[in-house]
Amino acid sequence: MTTLTIDPVTRLEGHGKIEILLDEAGEVAHTYFQVPELRGFERFCVGRPIEEMPTLTSRICGVCPEAHHMAAAKAVDAVYGVTPPRTATLLRELLYSAFVATDHTTHFYVLSGPDFLVGPDAPVAERNILGVVRKVGADIGLKVIEARKRGHAVIEMIGGRKVHPLTAVPGGMTKGITEEERSEIEKTGRWMVDFAEGSLQLWDEAILGNDEYVGMIRGDLYSHETYYMGLVDADGRLNMYDGQVRVVGPDGGLHGQYPPRDYPEWIAERVEPWTYLKFPYLRKVGWKGLVDGPGSGVYCVGPLGRINAADGMATPRAQQAYERFYEVLAPPVDGHKRMVHPRLAMHWARLIELLHAAERVVELATDPEVTSDRVRVVPTEAPTEGVGTVEAPRGTLTHHYWTDERGLVTKVNLIVGTTNNYAPMALSIERAARGLIHGGEVVSPGLLNRIEMAFRAYDPCFGCATHSLTGEMPLEVTIHDAGGEPIHVLRQAC
Amino acid sequence: MYWASSCGGCDIAVLNVHEMLLEVDRQFDIVFWPAAMDAKYADVRSMADGSIDVCLFSGGIRNEENAEMARLLRAKSKVLVAFGSCACEGCIPGLANLGTVDELFDAVYEGPGVDNPQHLVPQPEWRIADGATGTGVLRLPVFSPMLTTLDQTVAVDYFMPGCPPESARVAEVLKLVIGAMGGTETLPPVGSVIGAGTSTCCDECARDRNLKKIDRFVRITDLAEVDPRLCLLEQGLPCNGPATRDGCGALCPAAGAPCIGCYGPADGVVDYGARLMSAFASVVNATEPEEIERILDGIPDPVGQFYRFSLAKSLLRGGRNA
Repeated sequence: MTTLTIDPVTRLEGHGKIEILLDEAGEVAHTYFQVPELRGFERFCVGRPIEEMPTLTSRICGVCPEAHHMAAAKAVDAVYGVTPPRTATLLRELLYSAFVATDHTTHFYVLSGPDFLVGPDAPVAERNILGVVRKVGADIGLKVIEARKRGHAVIEMIGGRKVHPLTAVPGGMTKGITEEERSEIEKTGRWMVDFAEGSLQLWDEAILGNDEYVGMIRGDLYSHETYYMGLVDADGRLNMYDGQVRVVGPDGGLHGQYPPRDYPEWIAERVEPWTYLKFPYLRKVGWKGLVDGPGSGVYCVGPLGRINAADGMATPRAQQAYERFYEVLAPPVDGHKRMVHPRLAMHWARLIELLHAAERVVELATDPEVTSDRVRVVPTEAPTEGVGTVEAPRGTLTHHYWTDERGLVTKVNLIVGTTNNYAPMALSIERAARGLIHGGEVVSPGLLNRIEMAFRAYDPCFGCATHSLTGEMPLEVTIHDAGGEPIHVLRQAC
Repeated sequence: MYWASSCGGCDIAVLNVHEMLLEVDRQFDIVFWPAAMDAKYADVRSMADGSIDVCLFSGGIRNEENAEMARLLRAKSKVLVAFGSCACEGCIPGLANLGTVDELFDAVYEGPGVDNPQHLVPQPEWRIADGATGTGVLRLPVFSPMLTTLDQTVAVDYFMPGCPPESARVAEVLKLVIGAMGGTETLPPVGSVIGAGTSTCCDECARDRNLKKIDRFVRITDLAEVDPRLCLLEQGLPCNGPATRDGCGALCPAAGAPCIGCYGPADGVVDYGARLMSAFASVVNATEPEEIERILDGIPDPVGQFYRFSLAKSLLRGGRNA
């Protein structure tokens, strides 16, 4: 019996740890993807005033505070049974769309893009944003910096701060925007549409033009036939801010569509004694362990989950990009949409969403009501209980609060984007391990890189799940013999 | 730059210096930044003590691993900066010190929607026994009973407050450090707060103050109109400005929301909450202790109001012995 440990920086990082158990023949028996961190917002938000939840829960994650801020804002509205004025909803979605575009940019170019744009086998020291700049040119590097800068400027204009926005409160927003700000935001939106189209073009040239990369995406190493989840609007099109939750099966058939407040009927969470993170699964399908297929309640969220679950994109240019995505990866048969299962396709889906978000910024910023000063109403109902759901960049994010009659929080439940993907990530890691480890022999450099890539496709955010934004997961692999003694140590070359 | 128990917002704040990142890349050899670069922990460990010029450490100390990392980076760094509210004073996750770890686990692992018939909680050591495929032991870091700050764990050279520190302040500090390395600037005395002012948030708030006394505190859910120009505290909204250090530019009041206190105590304040309480007491329109108390009772969650960011660092120590 051999145990293989893949451990970020000798367990001191606290970001994620992988244990691989081999059987007597040296084949992979089990992999355990452990999350060694927990902060416990569910507990220490109890007793706080409900109106503070959008501000407090944004501290769950500094990478996507906007997602927690908005899910919380919708949940506190629901707690008071209050509907914000239309302008407030426009402003929230506008901030949110600018955020999604910014976050997807960060992920593609800073966190995961280096794998493709610099190359999976490039020296580790080059596999970062500065390496991207060196490879594809300072021009794109500066554009990436500008995209992030412009996006954060919009977030600050509407949300009050660049990180941890604060303006969403029960019943609306604390402030509106001026015509001058609106016009600036519109300009940014148009700039971002161009930037997004340029990014898709870069994808076409650098990735789809490279047979090796296309083979890697299509290859089954990272492909899992799971359920998919995402918010859709009334026409079944992808929506990041609002709508109903749709879940489709591995064959694309509808599993269910429900208003977010009904989530307890559809989602359950599994506790395992070897990790701090829970495993959500589809309650009606059931927990069958870490396996894929229609009989397993494991589902995938994030760009691939959403794009597979939706009937299309809500904006015209993104819709074109969506159609091309399916033409290349899973052409429809008899007019029926087929699911795209390979996880590396998530990167492409993310760029399509980047374009969608940029187009939404323009649409919302040109709505005549967006500059109205009617941005908040005072709740009149007694506070009780409420659910708020948005699509965080990394997947469906749900906040559920209960309060006493004074509006002090009595109970909190959170199901965050990355947590939904915990089981699929574990599957991808196991798949990579099984594909690369045979007869007890470990393909050393490949194993580390491939597992890292499997991981990064999900853009896992352990700030949300627990703690850190492990886009760059430093890995250490320790192989233990049957007696548990380490016999071999591999480290990510650095 | 390292994060312990944090949200990553401090790292984003550093990324948000935008073009200056390229300057930082020119001036520094970035040896370790898990958020943005492939980390080189093995290299860090093998470095000679004191060979890192500057370490920006964000996050609180929640478990044994965070503490071990703090000790390691302290040894390797010439200058250790407690970067952001978590490292400085515990921040919002420090509110966990109001309860026990068991209560925290209970809320998470026995919460709504959780399928846990065996009432499992994560274990520091879990033995996998799986018949044919053998056995193995899975380990998790042990939770500390209390969340602590960086300077409660190791000696800290500088404190940079904010949740997160504003990027303009981060850029100023980076410039200062670059200048100090080039001999054109001098670092302030060890123990100083950097990247912030020495006064209070009120001093940089553009709202009008008439020094009006208030008869009651109100919550935003009870206030139909918020005057866009008048001091929020004078409108009855509990605003933490009077006790909070300046440096952010009073962003929250400018956006129509009270200061939440993320920049921590102003210069000379020993206990943030005590100072804020006395500031609130001084604005209420009452002289009798009972009346003052009645008005202060209008604050729905006193411990959250007075120690939202600073509980772990406060004299209360979470109201329990560490």
